[in-house]
Amino acid sequence: MNTTMAALGQFGDAIDFIFSERESPAGGTRVGGLAELWELMREHLELSLVSMAVACAISVPLGLWLGHTGKGGFLAINASNVGRAVPSLALIAFFVAYVGVGFTNLVLALVLLAVPPILTNAYTGVRQVDRDTVDAARGMGMTGAQIVRRVELPLALPLIFGGIRISAVNVVATATIAPLAGIVTLGDPIINVNTYGDEGRLAAAIVVALLAVATEVSLAGVQRAVTPRGLKLEASPPRRRLAFPIKRREATT
Amino acid sequence: MRNPRWVALMMLLLGSLALAACGSDDDEEGGGGGSADSGEPSSAIQRNEENASTTITVGSKNFTEQMVLGEIYAQAFEAAGYKIEKQLNLGDEKTALRALEAGDIDAYPEYTGTALLSFFGVEADKLPKEEDQAYQQAREGFAEQQLTAFEPTPFTSSNEVAVTKQTADQRNLQRISDLEGQAGELTLFGSPECRQRLDCLLGLQQVYGLDFKKFTPVDIALRHEVLTEGQADVSIVFTTDPQIQREGFVLLEDDKGMFPPYNSTLVMRDEIAEQGGAELEQLVAQVNEGLTDEAMQELNARVDLDKKTPEQVAGEYLREEGLMG
Amino acid sequence: MSFPFAQLEIREDPTQSCQANNGFCPDWIADNFDRYVDPFFEHVLLTVLSVAIGFGISFALALIAYRRRWLISPVTQVTGMLYTVPSIAAFFLLLPITGRGKVTAIVALVAYVLLIIFRNVLAGLDNVPDETKDAGRGMGLTDRQLLWRVEVPLALPEIMAGLRIAVTTTVGLATLAFFAGAGGLGGQIFADITFKSNVVVAGGLAVLLAAVLDGLILLAQRAITPWTRAVAAR
Repeated sequence: MNTTMAALGQFGDAIDFIFSERESPAGGTRVGGLAELWELMREHLELSLVSMAVACAISVPLGLWLGHTGKGGFLAINASNVGRAVPSLALIAFFVAYVGVGFTNLVLALVLLAVPPILTNAYTGVRQVDRDTVDAARGMGMTGAQIVRRVELPLALPLIFGGIRISAVNVVATATIAPLAGIVTLGDPIINVNTYGDEGRLAAAIVVALLAVATEVSLAGVQRAVTPRGLKLEASPPRRRLAFPIKRREATT
Repeated sequence: MRNPRWVALMMLLLGSLALAACGSDDDEEGGGGGSADSGEPSSAIQRNEENASTTITVGSKNFTEQMVLGEIYAQAFEAAGYKIEKQLNLGDEKTALRALEAGDIDAYPEYTGTALLSFFGVEADKLPKEEDQAYQQAREGFAEQQLTAFEPTPFTSSNEVAVTKQTADQRNLQRISDLEGQAGELTLFGSPECRQRLDCLLGLQQVYGLDFKKFTPVDIALRHEVLTEGQADVSIVFTTDPQIQREGFVLLEDDKGMFPPYNSTLVMRDEIAEQGGAELEQLVAQVNEGLTDEAMQELNARVDLDKKTPEQVAGEYLREEGLMG
Repeated sequence: MSFPFAQLEIREDPTQSCQANNGFCPDWIADNFDRYVDPFFEHVLLTVLSVAIGFGISFALALIAYRRRWLISPVTQVTGMLYTVPSIAAFFLLLPITGRGKVTAIVALVAYVLLIIFRNVLAGLDNVPDETKDAGRGMGLTDRQLLWRVEVPLALPEIMAGLRIAVTTTVGLATLAFFAGAGGLGGQIFADITFKSNVVVAGGLAVLLAAVLDGLILLAQRAITPWTRAVAAR
């Protein structure tokens, strides 16, 4: 019972930290309050958005092209597997040690983190498009680029957004350890707990969790919005050699 | 007929030669058990079984020098028979003091200058400039809080204002006051607590009237990287950092005397210090004897440059100084 | 007869070694490799325990949800929420409740893998062709026998795929476990994040661990589902 009350008390302190400013336990400076948390969140979002924008700009066109031409499948599919095996902390540390600290370097690291899921999903998204539809479009005289833009891209959008969703949550999560590379994001109260105190650290953890959930929920909404109504994704070719095509729910990772 | 006086003199001569030979044999065996005579090197720490009833928890702040010092004291106490617990890398000075006052740790090495400025709120113009004076004042301040500050180390490691050689050449910087008028174009990087320290940003603002373009708080471990990477124009480093020599940083001279002396003094809770008594006091003095400026720089170099652990390096110090076998 | 003068050896210029200049130093690595051994084994322990416990829980949940379809949505929502919360935030959210240490880390890591395994087990079971199930029932198998002798084995490829994903991501997340006081390779990375040799060894060991565990599961999969090799590859 006592531990429950103690735990609740700590959460209460953390919520209080979010809303009211107070003297830093290390002395001399004020911490806490909405203004400071907003400043940290702004930096966090800026880092995440820039990284995601660059990652999408690279991987969506690349994935579409690879999927359309059917080349580089091995690279596109295994990009995710390899990317998953590299821990985010190791990636950040590698950049800090080999490239240096600072915003640009950190964006580079985060882009590397974000590309694989988007690339794999863009590629798979295009490959999933029914070959008959593509053939029909070609028969209508569309060029390759037109086919990508008008047929394959719209049909692959749900999967592409699935990949973007996964990457975005990863990037937002990893931006938490950005202070290790000198960029002060919401992770600062977690990494530099002396300046903000235990309640500051817990408050930051709460805000980061909420931010990640918000990112996930909003992008899931976007993904649903771009899924054409009535579209059912048919697996092709079928997984088992049976006469009937099999309806399956698409796993996005 | 033999003159008895000559015989006596001969005997005396032979006798003293023999004694000298015996005496030096003992020395050559490594001085085990010998007490310190004048001219003889520091001898090994004596293990006293009675100390085993006392447990000392040694803490330290969060940078290399502190962790090395913490390890040195911890291992020395252990050699003397005390039971030891370590809680190194606690955080900044306020965090360490809090831990000490709460009893989470029993002792940690603090700097006289830091204590005067951060704990006892001594104003910039009233700061003692002499090492001994600074220590006495700090000791009095600590005594009021039931804390014992042991005799300080010979070395002093001050906060230093550092720039790259390139910056120093370009802007013709040799002293801190040379930054006047130029500070508005420069970014300063320092630890998070730098903002409110009179021996850091606050002092630079008040004593030198410097208004930097931007102050960015950065983790203390990155204080050199931000200079070499070009993120920072000016950074706050410590006198005994080995990276200064490696990178060729220029330390700007403190011409207005803003920085007080920073000898390291082990600060311990009164109860534990009393249990240790005069023997503990002597032990600390014995350990401190070898901690000169050059020695501390060498120890820091072994951790930061050679990438050894503070634990290893502390052991090396104690062994090379003949304090431990 | 000389007086030995014990003093610290002070070098003129300690700045010349490979590690002093932040290089990749094989000699230094060889000499100091024992630093990485304990953290490596802590890492293995954290990963294997978390995935095993997570697998146990979500496999059971999936089996239950397979029969009671109304459970799928709520379980997916909840495990999805747990999946989304960044592990580092999770460590500190749990701190007031479970304190510092391996327990906190394992709870957070288990929470993360639940969705992956649940989703994949369910997908694997759902993919079993109706015809095969009908044939099984026709042979007189009870529901239970059908499940364990037909459905689960046929779902194995999908289950193992999920397990592989779970293991590799858990190795990655476990590098942050030192924040919760649970040790692991991340603590070593963090201890000297600017030193190239350290980052490469500690990070490299983590990547290696992920690759090895992934490979082991793949081998296990090939061993227990020999029939999949006969089918045309995806």
